Amino acid sequence: MLETFLFGVFPYVATVVMVVGLIWRYTTNQFSYSTVSSQFLENRQLFWGSVPWHYGIILVLLAHLVGVVFPDGVQAVNGVPLRLYILEGTAFALSLTLLVGLIVLMLRRGISANVRVMTSPMDVVLLFVLLAQVVTGIITAVFYRWGSAWFIQTATPYFWSLFTLSPKVEYMTALPLLSKLHAINFFILVALFPFSRLVHMLSVPLAYLWRPYQIVMWHRRQTRDRVSGL
Amino acid sequence: MDVRAQLSMVFHLDKCIGCHTCSLACKNVWTSREGAEYMWWNNVETKPGTGYPTLWEDQTKYRGGWEMKGKSLRPRMGRRTGMLTNLFFNPFLPSMDDYYEPWTYQYGHLFTAPQADDQPTARAISKVTGKFMDVEAGPNWDDDMSGSSVYARNDINLSELTDAEREALFRLEQMMFFYIPRICNHCLNPGCVGVCPSGAIYKRAEDGIVLVSQEKCRGWRFCVSGCPYKKTYYNWQTGKSEKCILCYPRVETGQAPACFHTCVGRIRYMGVLLYDAERIEEVAKTPDAGLVEAQRSLILDPNDAKVIAAARKNGIGDDWIASAQKSPTYKFVKQWGIALPLHIEFRTLPMLFYVPPLLPMLASTQNGSYDLGNSDFFGNVEKFRVPMKYMARLFSAGNEEIIKNALKKLLAVRAHKQAQSVGNLSVEKASASLAEAGCNADEAEAIFRLTALPRFEDRFVLPPYHREEVIGLDIEPIKQMGQVGLGFNQPPRRGP
Ligand code: SF4
Ligand code: SF4
Repeated sequence: MLETFLFGVFPYVATVVMVVGLIWRYTTNQFSYSTVSSQFLENRQLFWGSVPWHYGIILVLLAHLVGVVFPDGVQAVNGVPLRLYILEGTAFALSLTLLVGLIVLMLRRGISANVRVMTSPMDVVLLFVLLAQVVTGIITAVFYRWGSAWFIQTATPYFWSLFTLSPKVEYMTALPLLSKLHAINFFILVALFPFSRLVHMLSVPLAYLWRPYQIVMWHRRQTRDRVSGL
Repeated sequence: MDVRAQLSMVFHLDKCIGCHTCSLACKNVWTSREGAEYMWWNNVETKPGTGYPTLWEDQTKYRGGWEMKGKSLRPRMGRRTGMLTNLFFNPFLPSMDDYYEPWTYQYGHLFTAPQADDQPTARAISKVTGKFMDVEAGPNWDDDMSGSSVYARNDINLSELTDAEREALFRLEQMMFFYIPRICNHCLNPGCVGVCPSGAIYKRAEDGIVLVSQEKCRGWRFCVSGCPYKKTYYNWQTGKSEKCILCYPRVETGQAPACFHTCVGRIRYMGVLLYDAERIEEVAKTPDAGLVEAQRSLILDPNDAKVIAAARKNGIGDDWIASAQKSPTYKFVKQWGIALPLHIEFRTLPMLFYVPPLLPMLASTQNGSYDLGNSDFFGNVEKFRVPMKYMARLFSAGNEEIIKNALKKLLAVRAHKQAQSVGNLSVEKASASLAEAGCNADEAEAIFRLTALPRFEDRFVLPPYHREEVIGLDIEPIKQMGQVGLGFNQPPRRGP
């Protein structure tokens, strides 16, 4: 019963909370969308936390995404044992890197007086939820080898069943407890997304790669356009 | 020709008395908020000195401005892709230590301290942590500290001087210094805009003011490194970058910016310059020695019929053109050529110009008295205490000719007035120095008037913004009801 709720209903609740929350925050308070970086206040320890954390988490998240979107591709790659070892080894190394990064970031929030005062309650919650996510992920990887192989047999069909609005809870209930925690924690993160600094993920400034360097705005023309458009 | 208008500024350094009134006016109006205490959109620093933030001119450290890579102009911070890989840690960002940690004093203690043998003191309290702190740096920490081994001697503009020259500069009886008030230059090729990944910074086409959209800024902080003048600041409280807004709410309503209005030395001038936007990139690519001239050529003659026609075509109103024709900045920068940009080799094409100071002449105290050692009192540029190399580094990208010409003209104007009013200098001698400086009596008179006797409306020729009309198009009164300050419908608070 509980599991039906956690894996059949909660994902949808979390997603709705995220979408509505994001739209609400964006429309009512775009000003609050920021990385709220603290590099200005402390920029020595930050390097050893932020860089490994961000690069690690981006790659590991991408790997999960690839597993969901291209399961056949992953299966083909894993067909040869050597490739499976390399893939798993890399993923494991990355997750250790990002764990180190996360721990440095957490310690830094406590040690640096300047950063500590700028830490909001949500930052603390977020850091611990993220830590739980990373730790459950890593322990799963240690105890239940070849995750990239069984992930596409369990999590992938489960995610697709969520997308098609016919959640197949049995895929998840069959998994070990750690993996279940990992999944539930993921949906908690989804729900927290709009209410935390995670929103900066939506601001990845890729458009910078092709925009012209200079930006000039004609107020007069804009106003004229707006008025004639009325 | 793509004619645009720029609200441009001239600071006459000979008149600056270093009183910091400008800085305080700005602080009181704009930056006395949490997260902004350390920001001085207007600051005044002592030269030679390391400035604020410390060593801001050292672009090997902060990578501000632009550089030529082959045939193209590129932010010194690097290629776009390279910059984005630095998204999670900007290696060129000045941190709070490079500015200073803002503080206040525990004033309450003076009233509440229990009776004791000693007088109570108000200890310094950090504005960041709220804890007691030791003050180690502050704005203008190096005020008037010429000769100091910590500040003046580390001025990077001295790097090309010989050791002997440097020693001479800091000998006690020869010591000299001057002040540079600095605000955002509202550049034509702003580095801050060029490196902003979010595209939040923009230049207003109508008047050239460069602004950070507080809604669009995502706090990547690249502008802080990208501005070679360190005139964008990161608000550590709101997580947004901020910069000088040239008091646009004031200029739009016909008032001079706060720092201009309050300037005690009356060193500041403001007026419209027309420029050719088509040539910005070409000019920004000019080799160092030609940069000042190239930028001057970008500024157009507002009395030229062709320029006027092109300006009208671009929607610049006749009242703005008339304002450009009366502009004091046009006179200083283009007509007289005595106002120069600060560090134009950063290639952002700053639109704030400085009339360089006439420093004390070379003198010695050999005979126990202060001996100027020359008959013509004001001397000549070769005898300046400070080597021309130093001045050229600051104001003409190393081109000594340009700075010498400007200083010669300023000297000639003095000689001219001296001959006229004091009479200890023959008229012939004065005319000779005028001729040598490429100046004539009328021009000298005009320079003198605008320098020494300008009225308020001569110094600030502000174009009419027609706010009364624009506001109706722009603002929906019901929606904007109760908004605070700069157009927020709610207080600008940091996100959760
Ligand atoms: S001086 Fe002003 S306009 Fe120029 S780069 Fe710096 S912040 Fe931008
Ligand atoms: S108020 Fe004027 S004279 Fe005083 S420091 Fe500022 S610029 Fe110089």
